[in-house]
Amino acid sequence: MALPVLVVLGSWHEPAADVWRHLWQTQLGELLANTLLLAAGVGAGTLLVGAALAWLVVAYDFPGRRVFEWALVLPLAMPAYVIGFAFLAMFDFAGPVQTALRALLGPGVRLPDLRAGWGVVLMMTLVFYPYVYLLARVAFREHGRTALEVARSLGHSPQRAFVTVILPLARPALVAGVALAMMEALADFGTVSTFGYRTLTEAVYRVWTGMFDRTAATQVASLLLLLVLALLAIERALRGRRRFTRAPRAAELPRRTLAGWRAAAAVAACGAVLALAFVLPVAELIAWALALPAEQRARRGFAGLVGSTFVLAAASAVLVGALALVLAYARRLRPSRVATAAAQFASMGYALPGAVIAVGVLAPLAWVDRALAAAAEALVGHRPGLVLTGSAVAVLFAYAVRFLAVGYQTTESALGRIPPTLDEAARSLGVTMRGALRRVHLPLMRGGILSALTLIWVETIKELPATLLLRPFGLKTLAIEVWERTSESLWAEAALPALAIVGVGLVPLLLGSRLDAGRR
Amino acid sequence: MRPRLLLLLAALTVAAPAATLGAGGEVVIYSARHYGQEPAFEEFSRQTGIQIKTLNGEAGQIFERLRAEGDRTPADVLLTVDAGNLWNAARAGLLSPVTSAELSRNIPAHLRDPEARWVGLTMRARTIVYNPRRVNAGELSTYEALGDPKWKGRLCLRTSGYIYNQSLLATMIRRHGEPRAEEIVRGWVANQPTLIAGDTKIIEAIAAGQCDVGVVNSYYLARALKKDPSTPVALFWANQQTTGTHVNVSGAGVTAHAKNRANAVRLLEYLSGLQAQQMFADTSLEYPANPKAEVNAIVKAWGPFKQDDVNIAAAGEFQAAATRLADRAGYK
Repeated sequence: MALPVLVVLGSWHEPAADVWRHLWQTQLGELLANTLLLAAGVGAGTLLVGAALAWLVVAYDFPGRRVFEWALVLPLAMPAYVIGFAFLAMFDFAGPVQTALRALLGPGVRLPDLRAGWGVVLMMTLVFYPYVYLLARVAFREHGRTALEVARSLGHSPQRAFVTVILPLARPALVAGVALAMMEALADFGTVSTFGYRTLTEAVYRVWTGMFDRTAATQVASLLLLLVLALLAIERALRGRRRFTRAPRAAELPRRTLAGWRAAAAVAACGAVLALAFVLPVAELIAWALALPAEQRARRGFAGLVGSTFVLAAASAVLVGALALVLAYARRLRPSRVATAAAQFASMGYALPGAVIAVGVLAPLAWVDRALAAAAEALVGHRPGLVLTGSAVAVLFAYAVRFLAVGYQTTESALGRIPPTLDEAARSLGVTMRGALRRVHLPLMRGGILSALTLIWVETIKELPATLLLRPFGLKTLAIEVWERTSESLWAEAALPALAIVGVGLVPLLLGSRLDAGRR
Repeated sequence: MRPRLLLLLAALTVAAPAATLGAGGEVVIYSARHYGQEPAFEEFSRQTGIQIKTLNGEAGQIFERLRAEGDRTPADVLLTVDAGNLWNAARAGLLSPVTSAELSRNIPAHLRDPEARWVGLTMRARTIVYNPRRVNAGELSTYEALGDPKWKGRLCLRTSGYIYNQSLLATMIRRHGEPRAEEIVRGWVANQPTLIAGDTKIIEAIAAGQCDVGVVNSYYLARALKKDPSTPVALFWANQQTTGTHVNVSGAGVTAHAKNRANAVRLLEYLSGLQAQQMFADTSLEYPANPKAEVNAIVKAWGPFKQDDVNIAAAGEFQAAATRLADRAGYK
């Protein structure tokens, strides 16, 4: 699983000194600053929005809370490049909002240009905060009443209890969510290139396509790994030796009912986030789709596209989810530095640009494939084609490399909250390891596993570069359809497949929240 | 659910390589051009019985796949936009030369690889566009002159990472040498251009009055005018008194390890012929590379123009230099 990451690191063995000298002289400082700013901005933004909204829907009651509770996950289904483009279309100088403002207030009126660091951070915060929200909601709920009651019996106000007890207890979940958001921000190319914001990932593509130097491009990409390592190290250092587990049978939090202006403020906060991150871009996409003549909205075989996207997403969720569970569980059974490091290493693919990972998958796979073909040729005599390269296997392998982090972080944070004493209790009752997993851990982790599957599913649907490069003939997903059209600036024609991406992404989000609700 | 899913996946894996062959065999295309060729492909299959299988992708990544697959690649034809891409594919040894009297007859020499490894199929001009309500055509002349201080704050450009800009810069390096080309780009940068990702977006920005002049590919303006003929953006042929307007191509070559080489050559010849060229011209609103084909009426209205006749292979040759030059000049 770590092979593609190793391929990336292996790029260093061919020196590309002149490219580095060039980057150093012209822009490396700016690239690093921009990249760090982006990661920090998205980290802070998603933490703030995700944790605040999660606490709001878990601890309080206000009009519409039941709807907001699941609806606030929806922006996860919105690819960042799509919301970015929708916002640009709406709020750009030539867009309807500014045009109307100029008509009303005079030709000199301008809104600040979205094509800047803050614009990119805003877009990514709006669609990545659900990582934090989803994980925090589960954690807040599980810590539940006991923690709060203890805190209050010690004389803390609810607000203070939240800050001093609940928040620290939910820390692994928050960290996992923020880490995912930051890694995804680091790996993003679509949004930063649309917004003209130069990051390391953007530079990877520029060196690759502009200087035709894939080796140097891959080396630039490996800087991203360094950044992630640094972030993880900082987090480990801050966490220290503390461990975070929950009481196994924590009761539901008693919700406080909000009234008056407080209720209005809660509704406004949830409503505003949802409107910006989901309603607005979806409305824009619908408007684009409707503005097209009916026969141009979708090409032939659209249903097939939805179908293949669906199958791939499901397969990826099951496969990567299972892998993540195995890894997380192995680490729990035999906690060692090596196991931890291996797990971390294997999940770093998430912070790498998809195209880099795709090539990292392609190279070893094609090598094996050609060896196989050569062997077969020697045996049978006729020239066989390649079986692995350009197959569903290759695509799924790439998904596993890329999204293992999503599954692992989520699963691990859920597993981590189960006290080890339970394992010992189960063991002392003569239950086997597998039995313990099935009868103790899995039921307790149910929320976490659902989150993991949901996240992998949604990520798979949005994934473009690896699918594009490694797919077999005839396999096409909705994301590819969107890309084929947007790469030709045909945004209106891309609206319907983009809406379908959101639609297919909603399936597990809605299903998950129903299962989740059914549990309670 | 799970076993059935696996079965489906297995089917996907197996079915892909085992796709059925038509009577005339097949030809497999790796394509980094995603628009406008479908009608010509369909017509080719209808006439010859040869089935076309296409895999779309990004140019740089498709090259990697081709390279990784080596002599076992299923691809027969590489189709891509931008001469720089074609040049690089050829240099990487991914393409093989094709000697065809028909191709030489149909496509002018400066739109073909001097070593016959690829051939341009459609042509697009990258030239100046302006808002006629705010700019008099007499104020415009050359790409170089966009560095004149009178355009300060009035210029919209694509980002430098954009391949068509790289090719424009590359041919400028070829024409003027690197120091002069850098001076020109510094002139643009000094005018603090608004950088916009997307030619269509630049046209919209000019129409809305955000800027007054820009540089775009001709077919994007043709599309905008087709959608709304009243769009207040006009085309200006750059450098008519000097080197000529920069043109680029989309084109194709036969891969080095093509399994269906004869079919591949036949396809290229067909695509360079009058019928296919006419379809290209009307679907994608590009210029047909074959000068005998008629341009679309919207494009025709712009009149004939003098092309920069430097061989467009220069786009590839100087592309890396162009990228570095842009970085040095602070053109983002």
